[in-house]
Amino acid sequence: MKLLEHKAKEVLSRYGIPVPRGVLASDPELVKDFPFPAAIKAQVPTGGRGKAGGVKFAKDSEQAKEFFDQIIGMNIKGYEVKQVLVEEMVESEKDLYISFMIDRREGTTLLMVSDEGGVEVESVPDEKIIKAHISPLIGIQPLALKALTMSLGLSEKEAEDLTSILNICYQVYEKEDAELIEINPLVVTKEGRFVAVDAKVTIDDNALARHPEYQDVPQDISELEKEAKKKGIAFVQLDGDIGVIANGAGLTMATLDVLNAKGGKGGVFLDLGGTDDAERVKEAFYLMQMAKPSVILLNIFGGITKCDTVAQGVKEALEERNIDIPVVARIKGLHEKEAKEILKDAGMIPTDTISEAAEEVVRLGGS
Amino acid sequence: MAILVGGSTKVIIQGITGHQGTFHAGAMLEYGTKVVGGVTPRKGGEEVHGLPVFDSVKEAMAETGATASMVLVPAKFAMDACYEAMDAGIELLVLITERIPFHDAMRIKAYAKSKDIKVIGPNTPGIISPGLCKIGIMPGHIFTEGKVGILSRSGTLTYEIVDWITQGGMGQSTCMGIGGDPVIGINFIEGMELFEKDSETECVVLVGEIGGTAEEDAAEIVPSMSKKVFAYIAGQTAPAEKRMGHAGAIISRGRGTAESKIKAFDEVGVPVAALPSDISKLLMGQV
Repeated sequence: MKLLEHKAKEVLSRYGIPVPRGVLASDPELVKDFPFPAAIKAQVPTGGRGKAGGVKFAKDSEQAKEFFDQIIGMNIKGYEVKQVLVEEMVESEKDLYISFMIDRREGTTLLMVSDEGGVEVESVPDEKIIKAHISPLIGIQPLALKALTMSLGLSEKEAEDLTSILNICYQVYEKEDAELIEINPLVVTKEGRFVAVDAKVTIDDNALARHPEYQDVPQDISELEKEAKKKGIAFVQLDGDIGVIANGAGLTMATLDVLNAKGGKGGVFLDLGGTDDAERVKEAFYLMQMAKPSVILLNIFGGITKCDTVAQGVKEALEERNIDIPVVARIKGLHEKEAKEILKDAGMIPTDTISEAAEEVVRLGGS
Repeated sequence: MAILVGGSTKVIIQGITGHQGTFHAGAMLEYGTKVVGGVTPRKGGEEVHGLPVFDSVKEAMAETGATASMVLVPAKFAMDACYEAMDAGIELLVLITERIPFHDAMRIKAYAKSKDIKVIGPNTPGIISPGLCKIGIMPGHIFTEGKVGILSRSGTLTYEIVDWITQGGMGQSTCMGIGGDPVIGINFIEGMELFEKDSETECVVLVGEIGGTAEEDAAEIVPSMSKKVFAYIAGQTAPAEKRMGHAGAIISRGRGTAESKIKAFDEVGVPVAALPSDISKLLMGQV
């Protein structure tokens, strides 16, 4: 779960990371007493908002009002701006970059620090980024940090402050079960103060159960995706208009790929998971119905999953909710014959392979 | 002798008294796996399918001589269960549980590394050496003995591909699900190294997907291998920044695209199947 900037800063600040003074607002009336000049920043869970015009600098409350009108309701990479963060301006002497994230290759934490902050880290040359891996068993160690801050050429006081910020960030990263903590830029002011001017925090979805605080945080997903998440179903909305339901994430992705190869375009990715519970199958179909696909492609490889119970769930779902979207089903595995009979009875089209199913879907007009 | 698990591997199941644990203990026994017992704290003395249940892994290992454990406990308790098994001296952990927090997975991995213990998973269907041993939740009947080694980040997609390979008249030496999470134990590279040394394996099939750089990393070691490697990549049409079911299947900040993985394989001469059904065509005449 990607936290919005204001939430990320709230969390960091609670642990002791200095952040600019700011107010979250959707109405300029609420910030007319804010000390201007101030930055007006769109709160969207995506990068590149600056380029999209979602960040402005207002010299007074009059101009802030103007920018509110422009930014609120703006669409940035598919996300509607509902709130802005109004923040004091921080004059920068030096822009640093720091991040903690999971290094998938090593299976451990990667710390990155650079004195070329303020730009996307991907555009910073590799030799300008100092990297260190952190073992979860021993955590962040003083001498490792010393080596790191020394190679940045900071003054002793600055190095000390940065060390303290890195220590706090690692604490946040570990305690909050973050996958990513990125502060960019971490500004050093003329007076030598460190301020986290922009911050990204992503919390591991798998760990949300032990962090109830984030349960009500607005998320970067559609209403239907939210609904699916509540039910524990992996559901992603795509550009096409064919709904794909399969059991298993890899198989669902592969089905979408086969569909594409046959000239169709997926509109929904729905992973049923390893279930043959008819009730769950029904839930999945109700979700799919709400996404309004033109055709549904169901792909079940039932190794242990019983195909006939899945088929029964599908049949009941179609009947109970009067779903009249054509369904092409590829169903294979345990009790496959019975399953195909059930599907045929309910007016669905059973096929033997994914390719056949995909061709049938395209023939039915799914594009 | 296949890799990691064979006919003499003795296995316990942590979480054997749960619904899943009991079901899969039965399926594994039926397959011929030497399941020798299970562990559920406070249920010591009970039996499941005639197998003894112990209170601790330590006790179970002492009584049965097991060297491998399949972990089928809920995500919340999985790290604890792994630590317990590792402290008891287990040699191989097959961690089926999904939705384990990444930080827990990192801790499990680091601790296993410090003790030189092999971990498969988390979020894996397990490992099977057809005809010899199945430690996992995959349907045993779709596999046949043979010479194709398979490593996969997926579950049912692996079955789909295995099914095509079996239908093509080719069997498998070992098929291992490495797990669909960002942080996993044994990865493609380590699996490939094991297959390279295995006299029963003639070629290796990698079933990859979007997210991370495991496939690009795997491609790097292909030139040093004597055995031929084949691949399939799922998620060729997946959008960026969306998690596609698996925690690890996400194109993030431009990294982890199917395109990049296919290109990496192309560059080292690894044939990549366009569709799952094409895998058996690629393998024909190679095995």
